[in-house]
Amino acid sequence: MDLKDKLVSSFMAFENNVDIEHPVHDVRTEAMKNFEKKGFPSKKEEAWKYTSLNTLQKIDFSIFPKKEKTLDYKDVKKYFIHDIDTYKIVFVDGVFSSHLSETTHDGVDICLMSSALTKPMYKQVIDVYFNKVASKEESLTTLNTAFSREGAYIYIPKGKMPKKPVEIIHFATGNEASLMLQPRNLIVVEENAELQVIERHQSLTTNAVLTNCVTEIFAAKSANIDYYKVQNDSATASLIDNTYIDQKSKSFVNVHTFSFGGKLTRNNLNFYQNGEYMDSTMKGVTILGDRQHVDHHTLVHHIEPNCESHQDYKGIYGENSTGVFNGKIIVDKIAQKTNAFQQNNNILISDKATINTKPQLEIFADDVKCSHGCTIGQLDEDAMFYLQSRGIPEKEARALLMYAFANNVLESVRIPELKARINKLIAKKLGVNLGFDI
Amino acid sequence: MLKINDLHASVEDKEILKGINLSVNAGEVHAIMGPNGSGKSTLASVIAGKEEFEVTKGNVVLNGEDLEDDSPEDRAHKGVFLSFQYPVEIPGVSVTNFMKTAINESRKAKGLEDMPAKEMLKMIREKAEMLEIDRKFLSRSLNEGFSGGEKKRNEIFQMAMLEPKLAILDETDSGLDIDALRIVANGVNKLKSKDNAVIVITHYQRLLEYIVPDFVHVLHNGKIVKSGGKELALELEAKGYDWIKNEAVV
Repeated sequence: MDLKDKLVSSFMAFENNVDIEHPVHDVRTEAMKNFEKKGFPSKKEEAWKYTSLNTLQKIDFSIFPKKEKTLDYKDVKKYFIHDIDTYKIVFVDGVFSSHLSETTHDGVDICLMSSALTKPMYKQVIDVYFNKVASKEESLTTLNTAFSREGAYIYIPKGKMPKKPVEIIHFATGNEASLMLQPRNLIVVEENAELQVIERHQSLTTNAVLTNCVTEIFAAKSANIDYYKVQNDSATASLIDNTYIDQKSKSFVNVHTFSFGGKLTRNNLNFYQNGEYMDSTMKGVTILGDRQHVDHHTLVHHIEPNCESHQDYKGIYGENSTGVFNGKIIVDKIAQKTNAFQQNNNILISDKATINTKPQLEIFADDVKCSHGCTIGQLDEDAMFYLQSRGIPEKEARALLMYAFANNVLESVRIPELKARINKLIAKKLGVNLGFDI
Repeated sequence: MLKINDLHASVEDKEILKGINLSVNAGEVHAIMGPNGSGKSTLASVIAGKEEFEVTKGNVVLNGEDLEDDSPEDRAHKGVFLSFQYPVEIPGVSVTNFMKTAINESRKAKGLEDMPAKEMLKMIREKAEMLEIDRKFLSRSLNEGFSGGEKKRNEIFQMAMLEPKLAILDETDSGLDIDALRIVANGVNKLKSKDNAVIVITHYQRLLEYIVPDFVHVLHNGKIVKSGGKELALELEAKGYDWIKNEAVV
């Protein structure tokens, strides 16, 4: 049985464990119909031209974990930003782990999607926001919607700001030979409220994992959100990350994506600007080796006037790794005075590494500033000479320059401990062993 | 210390150096002057080992050793230092971290342990003071957003830290105001000793008022066409380069 058939037939079993009378279940059923009709995207579709899901579909993934496994904090501590205090929403093989988590209802709700989807007190928020910005057409998103039951639920009321950042971590323990996970997150940040989130998917063994994640983010007027995705998973873990962001006037949303590992990673990052004077920022650092594959698909839809978007993705590809960057910017006819910037710079450090990069601009307004630039290159020879002339050997000089190339994306990371951690990860990935005290 | 014998060098089959002969002893300061495009910077880069240039004839000998097969880092480890005309910006790497890396890589090449952190900090503090460099400056990313003067001062700071045997200053005076020029020149003068040598490459005589050369050489069209004492620099300043060019033709 292929993966699609397995998922379709699993839906009935899934229905035995959820409240099918709940209005949310109508949404799930609709979504299942769409997935059943469309199935997994193939390379024939423009958006999937360079990323194939064929191999993944041949793996016999468990859709529901059969046994539960608990993890000790000391064994997984290193995956947390443990040098600062954070709220934590932690899942182990898709199941909420209360002893690894620290949720709160103190003025803000940082808790579980399973509660939000079942308890009456959250009904109003669910009615207004659940599945409202996520695509009802895109097949993998609808697949996630069909199985939506668990994930992170964050609600920040007007003018509030949680005392500390929120970490959302999904562990896969390898308890199953191969496991498919479908977390569903809903994040609502009301007017003048603020939020910082760090998200991570981590497989603890070399057993196959496929995560198809959907996150819906709503930034109300003047809201401020920083979202950090740390992707440094094992070489047998794959992630399809679908993030949909609805922004209102004067809001600021920054998403940083750090892609350092995983078998196949697909990031679908979609911004919808429903208002004026707002700013959407997408930044990414990708450092790959081996046979890893990362595909960044971004979309910014400028719907109203006077808004900005900034994209800056840096990639370093070694060995047989492959990368894709596809940045789509749509500026509607009424969205005058839009400033949209997009930059994708890549360095290939192996003859066998590949990058496909494509800006896709659809501009219907005439008074706009849009710029895009893609580069694929090697390291600057003058810079190499400069470092070598100071006694730094070629290999170290190369690593240092790549580090410098990737580093400037980190300037906008606003959690210093996270910045330090990412800095160290980059240095480690590049083999920069230069005794930095960063 | 340095002996350059009939040096010819090309870039992309275009010959730029056409037979340079130069001998520099320890304790000496040599100035190399010349009009734009005469090959001054190329000569500096070739001595420092830039691979873009192909040495087609002749050689560069440092303390009796032919440098032909040495990479730029090997030459640095042997005591060659080049102060760049256009230092490169390295974001995310602080001046301090860069210096630590450079010094410890040089020590590693000599089979020495890393310099103890305390000693390193002391050295950094002393050299920064000598060049009137603010402590805050040292934690900034290397050359990123530095003014022209800051970049040059930072080059001399690196020279002070690395304590080279042969320092080549390529147009170190360009982009410096008079105060910065004085500070940089004072730094170079303090670093000068009977055991090391300095080659100052400059278009103008201005810097040579502060770093007084023992010898002045005029480079034109890839060759040294005239050599003399420090008074030659003044003559060049007064007359320009045209008379040299004309003389060379004759």
